[in-house]
Amino acid sequence: MTIALPPNDQESPRELQPKGWLRYFSFSLDHKVIGLQYLVCGFIFYLIGGALASAIRVELASPVSDFMARDVYNQVLTLHGTIMIFLWIVPVVNGAFGNYLIPFYVGARDMAFPRLNAVAFWLIPPAGLMLISSYFITGAAQSGWTAYPPLSITTPEAGQIIWILSVLLLGGSSIFGGINFIATILKLRRPGLQLMQLPMYCWAMLGTSILVVLSTPVLAGTLVLLSFDIVAHTGFFNPVLGGNVIVYQHLFWFYSHPAVYIMVLPAFGLVSEILPVHSRKPLFGYATMVYSIMAIVVLGLVVWAHHMFTSGTPPWMRLFFTIATSFIAVPTGIKFFNWVATLWGGRISLNSAVLFSCGFIINFVLGGITGVALAQVPFDVHVHDTYFVVAHFHYIVYGGSVFVIFSSIYHWYPKFTGRMLNENIGRFHFLITFIGFNLCFLPQHWLGLNGMPRRVAEYDPQFTFINQISSVGALLMALSTLPFLWNVIHSAFKGPLAGDNPWRALTPEWLTSSPPPVENWTGQAPLVIEPYGYGKEHKEQINETTANTNSEKKNQ
Amino acid sequence: MTTISPIEESSTKELVQIEKEHADHRMFGLAAFLIADGMTFAGFFAAYLTFKAVNPLLPDAIYELELPLPTLNTVLLLVSSATFHRAGEALRKNEAKQCQKWLLITAALGVSFLASQMVEYFTLPFGLTDNLYASTFYALTGFHGLHVTLGAIMILIVWWQTRSPGGRITAQNQFPLEAAELYWHFVDGIWVILFIILYLL
Ligand code: HEM
Ligand SMILES: [Cu+2]
Repeated sequence: MTIALPPNDQESPRELQPKGWLRYFSFSLDHKVIGLQYLVCGFIFYLIGGALASAIRVELASPVSDFMARDVYNQVLTLHGTIMIFLWIVPVVNGAFGNYLIPFYVGARDMAFPRLNAVAFWLIPPAGLMLISSYFITGAAQSGWTAYPPLSITTPEAGQIIWILSVLLLGGSSIFGGINFIATILKLRRPGLQLMQLPMYCWAMLGTSILVVLSTPVLAGTLVLLSFDIVAHTGFFNPVLGGNVIVYQHLFWFYSHPAVYIMVLPAFGLVSEILPVHSRKPLFGYATMVYSIMAIVVLGLVVWAHHMFTSGTPPWMRLFFTIATSFIAVPTGIKFFNWVATLWGGRISLNSAVLFSCGFIINFVLGGITGVALAQVPFDVHVHDTYFVVAHFHYIVYGGSVFVIFSSIYHWYPKFTGRMLNENIGRFHFLITFIGFNLCFLPQHWLGLNGMPRRVAEYDPQFTFINQISSVGALLMALSTLPFLWNVIHSAFKGPLAGDNPWRALTPEWLTSSPPPVENWTGQAPLVIEPYGYGKEHKEQINETTANTNSEKKNQ
Repeated sequence: MTTISPIEESSTKELVQIEKEHADHRMFGLAAFLIADGMTFAGFFAAYLTFKAVNPLLPDAIYELELPLPTLNTVLLLVSSATFHRAGEALRKNEAKQCQKWLLITAALGVSFLASQMVEYFTLPFGLTDNLYASTFYALTGFHGLHVTLGAIMILIVWWQTRSPGGRITAQNQFPLEAAELYWHFVDGIWVILFIILYLL
């Protein structure tokens, strides 16, 4: 049985591609190489965005603007938000893990469109470099990651235009990726594999990709109009010329609310892969998990105006969007209880991957609760544009998505490299990240409730003490990166060998050698119809046989 | 190896089947891309309709659009969709000459659409930055015109590649033609919506 799926053996351009570490710098078509390119590239941007965040917290450690000039602060804040969202979380939870895992999960040898895949990745580094270099060349954009007009029309033009261009490139990359994932999941499934047998991450990526394809183009069109306003002096969003800024907000949030799910749905999927393995239990409530993902996709498209409750939104609209937003709590809650039920009574190994996943569950529930609170208009008008909102979304994007990224790195590192990470350093990393994170963002709820506005470099001296606590937390978070970096770099060379399946996992990516061969399997792709069949003795055995077969073939 | 065996028999055939159908994934991908592209237009339409509803123009800035030229444009595009379809039919019947003829006609119709659009632009009494309405009008029609331009170029490339012998596109390899055809139908469909929203409403 040597039939390849998809077929690209004959005139395979892969023969001509560089081997070894050089291939990570090439236009490689291998989904695993592309996945790791996304991951490492995203992590470099994360370090830059993190440095910017540290600069922000240093500035905010005192109530006066003493560390940076005010316009520099605005640039730093804008770059921080844009980098973290568009260059770190979105590419990593989608591009990195999606590319690495999805072909395994559907039993294919690559993504549906390998070339498009490589193009999608290679749009990212130039876009990121352009964005960052704008700080040094023209001055970066100053209007925040939301680029609300008229602010974005009146701040210095060059930086804003570069910002728009780079977000357009990143949006294009994201759309190409989304199309590829949809096609791979729906069309490249191994014969015999049903949709409802797929690992949960596939469902999460399918839902996310639908959101990407439906909403990202709207942002692209909007930003093109905004650039006309800046360059050609049209008046779409310029009130002075009769334009309407509220329309921008609607269009922007039509993308950017789904974008929060683009950042968090894949993370849901990854957690759903990690928890069953380490608690040796099937994923609880598979079908409800699938339906809640799809419910979130549908509802996620009709809640955007909860970001605009104070934008003169008419009462009926406020009512509609409050209700719709509150409804999202239902599928989200279902998922939360499913994870807890998966852990319940399991034989849990408290390793770094599980710790970060549990940290995610705790943080995410807090962020979800503040989210439901924010969806209530009477509450939101008090805390909109204060640090309460900052606390809310950091609990979700950092406490949620970033925790999951770390968890996933601990879980899949043996697959990526064939070596184990050091667990003690990993647990230590978790501990300071978790403490630092909560120290940094929990106090911000108080700041917001007491009226400290977000996005400004100066504040009322009564807030000084709480801000200093927050800055100490940020310092801890920054430091927590160091043991992690040392761990991943050191273990790549010196870590103990992992074997093919160190976690005794049943999902397909573990049923081949670690790291996997170029076409994923030496023989035919295994048909895994029960990816969470833990605790059923015979199932585990069967799959171990498959795994051994693969290694044997590799050694021949 | 029980996890694998239940379908071992049938899977070989199915796998071969999937190999054959690989081109279909490209059409699927293109369709997904067109949905994305359509969402860009949807955003523009939504913006236009909202502007119109909540930002009424001053009386002297209101101008009724002339209908004859855009109606002609609509006809041009609709006919071109039909001619493109004919080109596809001809290719499937292995009639390369016919196919090339219909492709050229389609391209000519597309180019005349663009020409007539230009005529309209130059006769309109308002410019890009005159007011909100004018800007939206040019943004929408311009973005659509860009699509038509790209489509026309694609058709010419397809035409070049259907030359026989030597062309890449044959009855066995129709994908480029089918892709361009789907795209062209999409661009026509968008125009119909645009025509209704911009000129008739
Ligand atoms: C699931 C992941 C979620 C993410 C990633 C997320 C992210 C965000 C972000 C980034 C903002 C701030 C936007 C800005 O003003 O710049 C925000 C605000 C908001 N979020 Fe969430 N959120 C999530 C979940 C929720 C949930 C579950 C709810 C409610 C049920 C919710 C309700 C809100 C509301 C109402 C606001 C507006 C606050 C305001 O600006 O006044 N969010 N969210
Ligand atoms: Cu939202």
